[in-house]
Amino acid sequence: MGAIYILWLRELKRYTRSRVQVVVSLGQPILYLLAFGAGFSPVFRQAGLGSYLQFIAPGIIGMTVLFSSIFNGIAMLWDRQFGFLKETLVAPVSRLEIMIGRTLGGATVAMIQGTLVLIISMLFGFRPHSWAVLPVAFFFVFLVAMVFSALGTAIGSVIKDMQGFQLVMNFMVMPIYFLSGALYPLANLGKVMTVITRLDPLTYGVDGLRGSLISVWHFNPALDATVLAGVACCFLALGAYLFSRIEV
Amino acid sequence: MIRVQNLVRTFGDFTAVNNISFDVAEGEIFAFLGPNGAGKSTTIKMLTTLLRPTSGTITLNGLDPNVKQREARQSFGIVFQDPSLDQEQTAYENMDLHGVLYHVPRKVRVQRIESLLKIFELWDRKDAMVKTFSGGMKRRLEIARGFLHTPKILFLDEPTLGLDPQSRNQLWTHVKSINETEKTTVFLTTHYMDEADRVAHRIAIMDHGAIVATGTSAELKEQTNTDSLEAAFLALTGSTLRDEGADAKQGLRQMAQMFGRR
Repeated sequence: MGAIYILWLRELKRYTRSRVQVVVSLGQPILYLLAFGAGFSPVFRQAGLGSYLQFIAPGIIGMTVLFSSIFNGIAMLWDRQFGFLKETLVAPVSRLEIMIGRTLGGATVAMIQGTLVLIISMLFGFRPHSWAVLPVAFFFVFLVAMVFSALGTAIGSVIKDMQGFQLVMNFMVMPIYFLSGALYPLANLGKVMTVITRLDPLTYGVDGLRGSLISVWHFNPALDATVLAGVACCFLALGAYLFSRIEV
Repeated sequence: MIRVQNLVRTFGDFTAVNNISFDVAEGEIFAFLGPNGAGKSTTIKMLTTLLRPTSGTITLNGLDPNVKQREARQSFGIVFQDPSLDQEQTAYENMDLHGVLYHVPRKVRVQRIESLLKIFELWDRKDAMVKTFSGGMKRRLEIARGFLHTPKILFLDEPTLGLDPQSRNQLWTHVKSINETEKTTVFLTTHYMDEADRVAHRIAIMDHGAIVATGTSAELKEQTNTDSLEAAFLALTGSTLRDEGADAKQGLRQMAQMFGRR
């Protein structure tokens, strides 16, 4: 238990200490809120779909949690390069504990980031349909953070250099984001897109967030939560397996 | 304290460690010398559970590290050839994290961190981020950390690489004094013959994966009829360079192996 706690704490400390990074990582969501929220609003309204800002704010929160989670996993690259990973791997604790500590730390950081973006989007004029739904929204933020932190750990265990990092960003993280319904409604999409969006775990996270925050559901809360929990378990198992195979 | 018998490790058809055997007594400082590529690091990796031997047995503090991995890990400390500190945390936090990972009870941890940081002259910088430390300070911190959980054995893999003579000198003074007060067995590798000569009780010289000589510094000098350890070392291992492949065919074969495996 001690090992899990101290490694979780370490992730948290790293986050709170790198203030520049906090500001930088909030810049992107703000840009999306501003550019898309304000830019697409007239078109969206003309289509009779209401406020686009209301619509994408949950999507942007989902994006923030996704990016933050994966980044935290990939930060293992630095630990590998600076050698700290080795220090934990020769310690008399199981690899599973190390992996869980890191993943929970990453998930916590991602949840904090998601919360910050929720607050920022409120400054831009976003309003949840009721304050009572916030716990449900947080539950979905937690699930999304777990899914992608576990995936991040799995990826971090495999990639060994910056090229791998670029590969993951361009061919994994960005598609997960753009094909998730974070930016557009899932109704009336073509067949291919419907299939693809349904294969994307973030779709269910964004739907859960959007459903709970502005009461617009594409699926339903039970389905979203079940899919996310299931995927989180799979990714955790995958992460644990890949992490246990790291060689120093 | 350390007993190695007929240890072998092969990578493909390359034999990195070829049937070596040696014993290290409790409280001894044992130096492992050899040119680059002799198999020193591979041996340390096997001793510290990071690599499985192809064959042969290892006993550390009465434990087989490949069977009782956790107990074995608890009983030794290691300072790697390359740094392994968390740059983004303070010296104290690095120590504390290590203490938690090695199950050192809180009270003992606090006391021991303080005394070790004082011994290694880092106490007044305990709240500074490690990334602001000089090379020598980082090394000292790593060694202090290695002693934190009162290991029976401390492995030091080229701990003084890249340090100035002052830092090296001071570092060995500390290691020696802890070796005397806590009876920690120290197993070290180095390329600096003067260090081995001054610090180590016994020395083993390794070359091409095999141990070519073992003994005290005096014994090795006598055996080779030389007047310094460096001369003895060169007499035992020859003076050809190792890294730039001894012959071209060998180099090509190694390259082919590397590509073949990927």
